[in-house]
Parts: sequence; C-alpha cells; structure tokens
Amino acid sequence: MTEQDAGQAEPAAATAGAIGPDDAIVVRDVELRYGDLLIQSKLTFTVKRGEIFVLMGGSGCGKTTVMRTLAGLKEPAQGQVFLDGTSFWEAPSDEQEQLKRKCGVVYQSGALWSSLTLAENIALPLQTYTDLDAKEILELAKLKLALVGLAGYEDFYPSEISGGMRKRAGVARGLALDPEFLMFDEPSAGLDPITSSRLDDLILDLRDSLGATMIMVTHELPSIFTVADNSVYLDNVSKTMIAAGDPKRLVTECPDPKVRAFLTRGGKEKAA
Amino acid sequence: MAVTTDQASGVGELSLSRPSPDSLLLRFSGSWTIATKPPSLDTVRAEISGGTPVKRIAFDTQDLQAWDSSLLAFVVGIDRLCEAEKIEADAAGLPDGVRSLLKLAAAVPPTDARSEKASLGFLAQAGQEAIGMVQALGELISFQGEMAVAMGQALRRKARYQGSDVLLYMQEAGAQALPIVSLISFLVGLILAFVGAQQLELFGAEIFVANLVGIGMAREMAAIMTGIIMAGRTGAAYAAQLGTMQVNEEIDALSTFGLKPMEFLVLPRYLALVAMMPLLCLYSILMGIFGGFIVAVFMLDLTSTLYFEQLVKSLTLTQIIIGVVKAAIYGAIVAEAGCMRGIQCGRSASAVGEAATSAVVLAITMIIVANGVIDVLLYAVGI
Repeated sequence: MTEQDAGQAEPAAATAGAIGPDDAIVVRDVELRYGDLLIQSKLTFTVKRGEIFVLMGGSGCGKTTVMRTLAGLKEPAQGQVFLDGTSFWEAPSDEQEQLKRKCGVVYQSGALWSSLTLAENIALPLQTYTDLDAKEILELAKLKLALVGLAGYEDFYPSEISGGMRKRAGVARGLALDPEFLMFDEPSAGLDPITSSRLDDLILDLRDSLGATMIMVTHELPSIFTVADNSVYLDNVSKTMIAAGDPKRLVTECPDPKVRAFLTRGGKEKAA
Repeated sequence: MAVTTDQASGVGELSLSRPSPDSLLLRFSGSWTIATKPPSLDTVRAEISGGTPVKRIAFDTQDLQAWDSSLLAFVVGIDRLCEAEKIEADAAGLPDGVRSLLKLAAAVPPTDARSEKASLGFLAQAGQEAIGMVQALGELISFQGEMAVAMGQALRRKARYQGSDVLLYMQEAGAQALPIVSLISFLVGLILAFVGAQQLELFGAEIFVANLVGIGMAREMAAIMTGIIMAGRTGAAYAAQLGTMQVNEEIDALSTFGLKPMEFLVLPRYLALVAMMPLLCLYSILMGIFGGFIVAVFMLDLTSTLYFEQLVKSLTLTQIIIGVVKAAIYGAIVAEAGCMRGIQCGRSASAVGEAATSAVVLAITMIIVANGVIDVLLYAVGI
C-alpha cells in the first residue's frame, strides 16, 4: 500500500487513480452491507503484488466480510474492487469466474470436504479446471501436501487429523490451482502458539517462493507482527478503516489511540 | 501463482542434451504451468534407461518463461528418479523459488501412519461391517434401555424437557405430514383395488375389492406405509437435527448443564411421533379406502352404497385397532432410529448425512421385521 503511510487512513479521493502493474488488488470507496445493516464503508486501499496484507480489527468489525468481497463471494453495496486490474463486480460472469480461479481461500475451519481424502480435496479443483491426467493430479496433490508438511497424509480423511493439520491441509487446498491471490480467514484461530507460529512461517515461505499476494484476516498480534507487510485497521464503531500501513510502524506512529491499543493489547504488551 | 518473466509465455517444452557422456542436461523453456499441461517424465526416463548410463542431471531454466507447481512436481519426479537410479541431481540451474519450495516440501518427512478408513482391505472391511452390525444391535438395545429410563422419568414427571417442544414436533410429525401421507395412502388404496379387481373379476367377485382394500389398509398397509413415509421424512430429519447438534457440540453443552440429551432431545420427539402415528394411520386407512372407492366405482361399476356396505361388513374394529397399535410401534421405531443415529453421529458434515441414511435404513428394516413378528404372533393367537 504505497498511497498511505503509517497512520490514519486517507479519504477515497486521495487514493483513487490509475492502477499500476504492481497493484494486485485495488479497493475503491467500497461499502458493505447485509440488507440495511452497514458493515463497513469508505474502504480504499491497494494491495501490492507479493505483499502479505492483513485486515485487522476487533471482533465483529467485518474483516471476514471484506475478505469475502475481495474473493468475489460478497458483492459490495457500492464501490469497486479491482483484481489484476479488472473491476471484479462490473466484469461479465465468465470473467468473474476466471478471476475467482486466481483466488485461493483458506477458511477459518479449514472447510475441507469431509467425504473426500486430503488428496481428493486438492485434486477436485485440478480435475475441474485443468487437463492434467489422474496421475499428474495425484502427484500435484502429494506435492502440495508435502509443502504444508503433510507428506504421507494423502489418504487421510479430514476427520482423522488434528485441527492444526486441517488448517495446513486447507492451505494446501487453497494452493491447488496455484492462485495469484491467497486469502486466509483467521488462520491462527484455535491453534496453540507453536503450531500458529509454524503456520506463519509456512505463509512467509510460500509467499517468498511463489510470490503470491496474500490477504490475511486476523486479530492475532504475533501473526500480524510476523507476517504483515501492510494492513488496514477496520473500526466497528465508525464502520470504516481508521488506519493503514505496516503494523510495526502503526503500533508506535498511528495517531489513533484505538489502533495503538489494539496492537498493544490495550497497552499491556510492549510494542513488537 | 505462475511465476513469469517479461516474455509472453508459450507451452512448456523440455529438451535433453548430453554435455558429457555421463551427464544429462534438462533444458526447460516456455510456460510450465498446470494450465498448459507440461511434458511428462517419460522422455527423461527413457533417456536414462536407454543410452549411456547417466551419473549426473543438471537443469537449465534460462528460457523458462513461467512456472508454477507443475514444474515443481516435475522436478520432484526427477529427484525421485535420481534417487532410484543413484544419479546425482544438481539443482543449481533451477529458479530460486523452485529450490526453496523443494526444500520446504522435503522439510517434513512423510508420515508412516496410515488412514484407518483407506488402508482396510476387502475382507477387513467386510469384517468391520459385520462387527459394526453387531455393535449397532447392542447400541439399539442400550438405547432402548436408556429410552425406557427416560420414559419412566417422564411418567414420574421428573424428566426435564420442554412441553412446547412436544407440541412443535407433533405439528411437524402430524399436520405437516398429511399431504404426503394423503398422496401415498390414496395411491396404495388405488393400486390394491386395481390389482385385486383384475383377479376378482375372473370369478365375478368384484364386490370383494372393498374387503381387500379395507382389511389390507387397516391391518397392514396403512401402518407400514405411514411408518416408511415417516422414516424417510421425520426419522431422517431427527437424525440430521441431532447429528448437526452433535457436530456443533450442542449436545455436549446440554450435558455440561446436567441436562440429559435423552430426556431433553429424544423424549419430546419420541412422544410426538408415538402420539401422531396412530392418527396418521387412521387417516391413511381412510385415504386408502377412498382410493379403492375410486377404482370400485369408476372401473368396476359398483355403486358407492354397495362398496361401503361391503366395507362395513368386512372391516372390524379389531382390525383397525391392530393397525393403529402397529402404527404406534412403528412410530417408536422411527423416533428411536432417528434419534439414536443422530446422537451417535460423528463430528463432520458427511457424518450427518451418514446418520440420516442409516436412520432411514434402520427404521425401515425394523418396521418390516416388527410387522412380520406382530403378524406371526397375531396368527398364533388367532386374531
């Protein structure tokens, strides 16, 4: 996010402009609603290619809803979301489908298909969208499981593995189609600190190797400070973003006390 | 994502060369992505096994325009081949990203553990199924015991459940089931009369269609058909409801507050279904008789008075009571099968589906078995 330095978020007009080749996702003046209920408004930010971008904020502020909008799952009430330079919600449906295939989403619970083995979970999108034969697909599925440290677990069903392993298997499935944008919904939720830290390392490794752009929804401070290159803070009172920038800088430089309090657990934790 | 260079990407190509007699250079060009279906390993395998023995494999990716995990999978395959043939693989020529991903993939050794579900052979699976059936019988008996205790508590007014739940389930299992019971029962009556009429006409005994339909519906078909309908409709719903509660840990939450799932969840459903099934059965008898009436009047040219006179002569109260009591028993079977499978459900979405399927199969099987046993007993006592 080059338009905004660490500090308070700027109005939409200030950041609206031409989309550069390094801009992976551009969000312009987006407003999100469930019926009459306003979730967030005036969201304007840019995610650069190869960046790990964190959507942070308190519980119920609409982080997951924003991520769903970026993934093409929830249409905004107004505003534009550009994926790879294309305005997603204004694109024809076949182009939307093409863009969706560029997004891999790792859900909070893993959301693995319980009737399929781990290998089959990864193979399903490959069978649907590629011309690869069964042997090649199996090799790719094995490789992706190996990448997340689950080599040898191809024949296991989701119910046979632990919660942390399910999350990693969810990452492997998110990687199935080699997406350009990988989105994580609270990847560390419910994990012990060591497993959570390993998952953060995995996310960093995958970003460094594949160069994928990653969006992460989280309020886990250790994860935020470990992986985030950039972030926005969504406020659930004003229903908009009140800060944007590198969290390591926001923690000391953000003029909004609410953001500083969030990043220091109400001032009880030393800034990272 | 596909890591690309500035050049436009084409289809992935592989060329092999021998910089020295015992070394092999793999030159990658174009776009190696899952969308473009890259070359297979067979070319390399053939080169290694066919020509002069290869001691070293190197990679050249200078002309590589784009790559993703398909290149990675290919290189992993080459690595495996090299390991099997004891060939040295020099990864220096690979892109940095590929090398770091290879390192990541090899960081955790493959597990020796095997999936319990996937690793079973045919005989083991058959054996496990047999054991499962015996266990299911045991569980059914155990559930019956728990149910009896819960009923005892209910009779002593000590069971803890919400009375409003019973009314809600009575509405679901009663009034809301009327349309499907009407349709099926009417058609069963119609079919019984139709099939019977064809045979009875041969003897000029068409009038006995009324006996066939009346006794058939009252004694057997109404109760069985209502039982089967409710097994598919309500039994499956009970299994799915309780199964989903099991997945969401709602049943555990009840237990931690000292509320017994058997009383709070199962008992209201059981009471509602046992209360509603006899009424549904009576309604089903009427609908079946109406179906028979249509055939008798419009196909066999009997008058409606004749049909109903013959029906009243042949149909006794005992036969109706037998049907109604059977229906109450089938209601208990359906409620128990649905609730038992729901309570026993695993903690996944597929487990809920399996619980619902299993509840329906168990209920229908038990209904047919129970019907056979009851009929034999009635025959033995001469009713």
